[in-house]
Amino acid sequence: MTTTYTKGHESVLARTCVVIPMYNEAAVISDVVRAVRERFGRVVCVDDGSSDESPVLARAAGATVVRHPVNLGQGAALETGVRRALQDPSIEYVVTFDADGQHSVEDAASMVAVARDLGVQVVLGSRFLGDMEGASGHRRTLLKMAVRFTRATTGMKVTDAHNGLRVLRRDAAERLRFRLHGMSHASEVLSVISKHQWSYVEHPTTVTYTEYSRAKGQRGYNAFNIVFDLAANRLRAAS
Amino acid sequence: MIIKLLLLVGLTGAGYLLLRGRGTALGLLLRRSMAFGAIVLGAVAVLFPGLVTEAANAVGVGRGTDLVVYVLCVTFLFVTIAQNTRMTQLRDRMVELARRQALLEAELHDRKPQQVL
Repeated sequence: MTTTYTKGHESVLARTCVVIPMYNEAAVISDVVRAVRERFGRVVCVDDGSSDESPVLARAAGATVVRHPVNLGQGAALETGVRRALQDPSIEYVVTFDADGQHSVEDAASMVAVARDLGVQVVLGSRFLGDMEGASGHRRTLLKMAVRFTRATTGMKVTDAHNGLRVLRRDAAERLRFRLHGMSHASEVLSVISKHQWSYVEHPTTVTYTEYSRAKGQRGYNAFNIVFDLAANRLRAAS
Repeated sequence: MIIKLLLLVGLTGAGYLLLRGRGTALGLLLRRSMAFGAIVLGAVAVLFPGLVTEAANAVGVGRGTDLVVYVLCVTFLFVTIAQNTRMTQLRDRMVELARRQALLEAELHDRKPQQVL
């Protein structure tokens, strides 16, 4: 699927808010915010209790900053950012974007264009439809296993279970609530989409794994913690 | 062996608590009654140690000490699970509370930036 991105989409991007959860990202956050600001109308950075200069830098680069008083986890930060974004009634789409610079702003813009053109509620970025620059074989295998697990548990035919780049239309974003506050939210998003039967498409994205993003990224074994979280959440939800 | 049945019932109860445990009034009553019962039974066991062994024999356990260990294990499991459930509930509340505070602060900052920073 290639995107036909046109000038007419500029006005939609102006009414799109990009949410970036961050935790000690001072080294990269200025560049990321600036790059996003070039295309999108609003940027909300949720500072999840950083001890460095991240919030000051993000604000200087043109983002609205919401600061968690204590570290609450990435899922919680995303939900805070989404709520903040929706406080502005003119916002039509919310994009979730990683702070470490692994996502491409162009991909995000194309995804919003796709969301509008196809009229879907959710657009999910997929590394497997696109490219994974600099990813190790080990990481690819792990992510593919995560995809199989997600397909089996949610019944969704997705190709990437843990991509942080997503577009949510306002009606979907308004109903997004996480019960898992940590790193398991990526799978939880998919369960929520599946439960509410939101319309979604996947869009190829290029993820650039740099030295920085690899160092900041999750450990592979955290996948098992995520499986535990999801299983417990599912069993509880079923009761 | 009656003890096997009792222990399996206890473990099943722990599993149920893990999955569906919520702070209900009935749960509170049960916990209080059990705590009270444990104190009374403990006092009885201290005063009449022979009774523990008799109780153990009655359910098919050789020694009173063994019965005490079994009961302790199951109780420990219940307590741990109940604590875990409670911690999760508290965390959910803390997250929501911190989030509201953060959003409010951000709103305030937007309105009068010079006064807040």
